[in-house]
Amino acid sequence: MTDSRLHMLPRRNAVLRMSEVHAASLADGERLEGENDQTMIVNMGPVHPSTHGVLRIMLELDGETVLRSKPIVGYLHTGMEKTAETLTYVQGCTNVTRMDYASPFFNELVFSMAAETLLGVEVPERATWIRMLMSELNRISSHLLSMATNGMDIGAVSMMIYGWREREEVLRFFQKVTGLRMNHNYIRVGGVAADLPDGWEDDVVALMEMLPPRLEEYDTLMTGQPIWQDRLQGVGVMSPDEAIALSASGPLLRSTGIDWDLRRDQPYLAYDQVDFDVLVGTCGDAFDRYAIRLNEIRESIRIVYQILDKMPAGDYRVQDPKVTPPPRARIDESMEALIHHFKIFTEGFTVPPGEVYTAVESARGELGCYMVSDGGPKPVRMHIRGPSFVNLQAMPHLMADGFVADAVAVIASVDPVLGEVDR
Amino acid sequence: MTDDAGAENVEEAEALEYGAVVSWSAGEQKVLHVERERWFETAAEMAADDWSMCVDLTAVDYLGYSQPRPAAPAGLTLERFEVVASLLSMPRRERVRLRAQVPESDPTIASLYEIYPGTDFLEREVFDLMGITFEGHPDLSRILLPEDWEGHPLRKDFAVGTIPVQFKQPDAS
Amino acid sequence: MNFLGDVATDGIGGIEHNIITAPLEKLVNWSRARSSWPASFGLACCAIEMMATGGSHYDISRFGMEVFRASPRQADVMIVAGRVSQKMAPVLRQIYDQMMEPKWVISMGVCASSGGMFNNYALVQGVDQIVPVDVYAPGCPPGPETLLHAITTLHDQIESGELLKRRNATGAGARISIEQLDGQNGSQFVTIGARR
Repeated sequence: MTDSRLHMLPRRNAVLRMSEVHAASLADGERLEGENDQTMIVNMGPVHPSTHGVLRIMLELDGETVLRSKPIVGYLHTGMEKTAETLTYVQGCTNVTRMDYASPFFNELVFSMAAETLLGVEVPERATWIRMLMSELNRISSHLLSMATNGMDIGAVSMMIYGWREREEVLRFFQKVTGLRMNHNYIRVGGVAADLPDGWEDDVVALMEMLPPRLEEYDTLMTGQPIWQDRLQGVGVMSPDEAIALSASGPLLRSTGIDWDLRRDQPYLAYDQVDFDVLVGTCGDAFDRYAIRLNEIRESIRIVYQILDKMPAGDYRVQDPKVTPPPRARIDESMEALIHHFKIFTEGFTVPPGEVYTAVESARGELGCYMVSDGGPKPVRMHIRGPSFVNLQAMPHLMADGFVADAVAVIASVDPVLGEVDR
Repeated sequence: MTDDAGAENVEEAEALEYGAVVSWSAGEQKVLHVERERWFETAAEMAADDWSMCVDLTAVDYLGYSQPRPAAPAGLTLERFEVVASLLSMPRRERVRLRAQVPESDPTIASLYEIYPGTDFLEREVFDLMGITFEGHPDLSRILLPEDWEGHPLRKDFAVGTIPVQFKQPDAS
Repeated sequence: MNFLGDVATDGIGGIEHNIITAPLEKLVNWSRARSSWPASFGLACCAIEMMATGGSHYDISRFGMEVFRASPRQADVMIVAGRVSQKMAPVLRQIYDQMMEPKWVISMGVCASSGGMFNNYALVQGVDQIVPVDVYAPGCPPGPETLLHAITTLHDQIESGELLKRRNATGAGARISIEQLDGQNGSQFVTIGARR
């Protein structure tokens, strides 16, 4: 077809299009006509120490070289989109937050923003800035996780311990603010669940002061280290055309040199009021992706300092009684408040009919939520566009003609979180 | 750029872009209602016009939807399923949504893989969970559910599958 | 009980005052409890908390369990951390079958224990539908403190030998349910809905 843009994918034959049943039958020695007898189909996963969760990859190997591969997902399919149709908008955040479990705030944020667009409510300024603060801290903790697992996969096992050490400090702040270390259900429709506790500025400053020296430790341990560079440079190279053709986003897209970050290019929350740089790679290899994640932590620290300066006073939740339950203290005093609270938490509030697609820049790329409502208390359709799901399509292209050892480096650099792949 | 062949009079003619009817959804988002037969051509036209990538492709089952179809212009033949594709133009920093009506009796539509290869997994997911077939897709097989699963869970006539909670007696320590 | 003191003063002759005898079964249970290697079966969010337990702050290595074996043949405990989907269930059973006796199972998190908040078509409602479970650790996700409580509970049972006796008799797991311990010591609590 003349309209075809498949020329943007020179390595599209790297995708192994073989069914699992057929691959399993190969063990009996059957081969279709024309299939190469010299190659071997090897299964990697779903239970594997380096696949970042329950990811299964079928690799077609010629010796140690990967010819074609096929990622097989679905081992964590939880039916979350179907479950979302049975939960009210108040409960919805508890469901979506468990999709990308490494960066839960982004899931809650995109769900809440979609519902708020349909409702037509405007979130107060302080709530917006609190959301931004938690998102950037979550970006830091997610990138720390990514670098820790990346390090362990490549063999720098101490990176796992270092990454988790820093992550514990961030999670401690999250526990102080939201009550939970993970899967917080904090960013809700209308604002956030509770205001920041007293003394939060000191905690955040302590956190931001602790991080830069530790990031320099990572530079010593990994960035400048010859073994690390040899293992990652030139591995999993992606061209800008391929990235655009495959709808890649996040560090995967930016590593190829394409300058696209939703926080700057389609700003949401208050990102147009803070200064930060968007990091772009030059070669499109795994080392670029690692370096982008490391330096995005530094940019997030910069944003958090600005949030500290600019955090406004005000409501942490929109005072629209339709959406927000009354303060707990008032329930004891007023019957109306009790009934109001009861109705919001049992029946839920209704959202006018409509459809909307909202997108944010999560730690892994463009996280989107397509929501359709029918005027009832539960969404008719809630679809989450998971960046890891779409980025995973790029993996066969990145693994082609590499070694099996490089396959591990590629998976780590794409950094999928299987919760949002499988939903 | 875009071609606005429609008349100014909103009541009579509808605005057209790339041959599709324009409407607006919540959040002031532009929606193009594409005829199912023109799905591939419209996408090809738009890809040539700087619509860089298809960020999302999903489907909605409107069985039992009690309200008027959201953001649907008058006179549009509504079907049970809608396939929704979100496109992004990086140079113009704009988004648009394409929607096509897919009937229940013939749940097929053209695949956009040739134009936007990033729809590979997305179309497989729609096939898996909604049962809509994409013609021209290189490998349309189930992706999230086991290959021998029967049924399409996201359809409205597929139950959630809740089972009664089993209260097992643990042996307390 | 001053074994080292005796050796220090009397040299090698000091040992003869301090010979430890015990039934072989006790010694074996003692060593099994202190060196039960987990098979890495992290599935979802609970896996992140399991990794945090392996980190330096909570340090599962104190209990001899920091070596998450990739091969189930070398593992003793299977910590099922996360939601088990229908597609994953046969894989889970296969891994469990590949582990050598004696083996134990900790069901970490509510999704593994009972299906959690996802009572739908896609998930197995509790991993005990597939494998015999010895300890259920509640939480979504259970923090490292709860997981360590589950592990020490399991170790107590291993050391007393109770588990193996019960397994030989009934073939079932111990099915001990523990309490969630997170956030109890020194964390700041927030009153949701408080007006500022």
